[in-house]
Amino acid sequence: MKTTFPRLLQTVVLLVVVSGVLLLALSGYLAPVFRVALRPFITVQGWLSNRYMALQEFFTVPRDVALLRQRNTELENQVSQLQTQVIQLQQQLREAQILYALLDFARARPENEYVAAAVIGRDPNPFIQYIIIDKGSDDGIRHGMPVITEQGLVGRVDAVTAGASRIQLIVDANSAVNVRIQSTQTNALLSGSLTGDINLQEVPQDVVIQSGELVLTSGLGGDYPADVLIGQVVTVRKSDTDLFQTASVQPAVDFTALRAVLVVMNFKPVDIVPLIPTPSH
Amino acid sequence: MAYLLAFPVFIILTMAQIGIMSQLHLLHGTGDLVMIALVAWTLHERGNSAWAWAMVAGLLISFVSATPMFAPLAGYLILTAIVRLLRRQVWQAPLLAMFLATMLGTIIIQFIYLIVLKGTGTPLPWQESLSLVMLPSFLINIILVLPVYVVITDLAHLVYPLEEEE
Repeated sequence: MKTTFPRLLQTVVLLVVVSGVLLLALSGYLAPVFRVALRPFITVQGWLSNRYMALQEFFTVPRDVALLRQRNTELENQVSQLQTQVIQLQQQLREAQILYALLDFARARPENEYVAAAVIGRDPNPFIQYIIIDKGSDDGIRHGMPVITEQGLVGRVDAVTAGASRIQLIVDANSAVNVRIQSTQTNALLSGSLTGDINLQEVPQDVVIQSGELVLTSGLGGDYPADVLIGQVVTVRKSDTDLFQTASVQPAVDFTALRAVLVVMNFKPVDIVPLIPTPSH
Repeated sequence: MAYLLAFPVFIILTMAQIGIMSQLHLLHGTGDLVMIALVAWTLHERGNSAWAWAMVAGLLISFVSATPMFAPLAGYLILTAIVRLLRRQVWQAPLLAMFLATMLGTIIIQFIYLIVLKGTGTPLPWQESLSLVMLPSFLINIILVLPVYVVITDLAHLVYPLEEEE
């Protein structure tokens, strides 16, 4: 009995003390005590943790950097490939747009047969205006065939090899096209120049030409089919002392940005040279 | 080997000329890669291969160009003769000779083109030809001299290694 009571008392006292401490801790009264008591432990724990982390990084980070570098290189390669693909696709899209426009033009004129060709170069001589296309006699192209785009007349085939052809543009200084001014039905001669400008010549003085009037091929001379658009009159030069008036024409085709053309296959140019009278000796 | 080398070199240069250089304009002038390469080779070669190079370049350009009467061939042969003459006079300053020969070459070649075209009836006014074609082409060719000279110099060192070491 004597031994049981003090033990019970001890237990009760212990429970009261523990409960009191818990209550004090839960109510926040022991926070300053804990702060002071735990600070050394926290400091030591922090130091220990920092050292461990440093040690771990020392052994693991170099491997990660190598991995990251490898991954970065892979991704950079992938980006380069994708950029190349984007450029290729943009290029293909541009080509497809041009070909669709040419196809629409060809479908709108079922009476003609066309061969589409890509422009692959220009004449190395800067004084003359010729282009080189990637279709030749193997594709049925012959000398003299007219070349057009959906915008208008480009020129005619000047020389042909098996796989390529050279086209004389209408803006070439040596080019001459028989044309017709649409509104007045007046025939005239369209000639190129060194600068790539095209001019109407041999227009009679009594014909009234306005700027903006359409100029079409007349078909005279047999070099080009009739009624192919060439451009619009920009300015008219008229002098009382001249026999004819002249006019500059804005071509419908942008000759600096030619990428694809159509060769008119079913037009056979007529050689009228033997019919031109020569002076008798 | 120097003779055979003319074919791949000028085929590549002619393709670059009609595909790229002819589309890069300054006013209406364009650069002449083939002519500059021919000038550079003529200044470097040790023998008579420059004549063969001029023949190859002239025939290739005559083939692709609509310029009448083999004018490029005649132009390149005349240019080669002048550059060989020039090489003997200013041999100690090859870069100076290169610039001088390119300037002369541009004028000679373009003048021949102009004369031949005018002779065959193409209406080309002198003043516009000079200001819009010849002078801009002259400037582009001057810009192209150094890069072409470096490439052709390396090529010449590959072909003539022993002569260079002497």
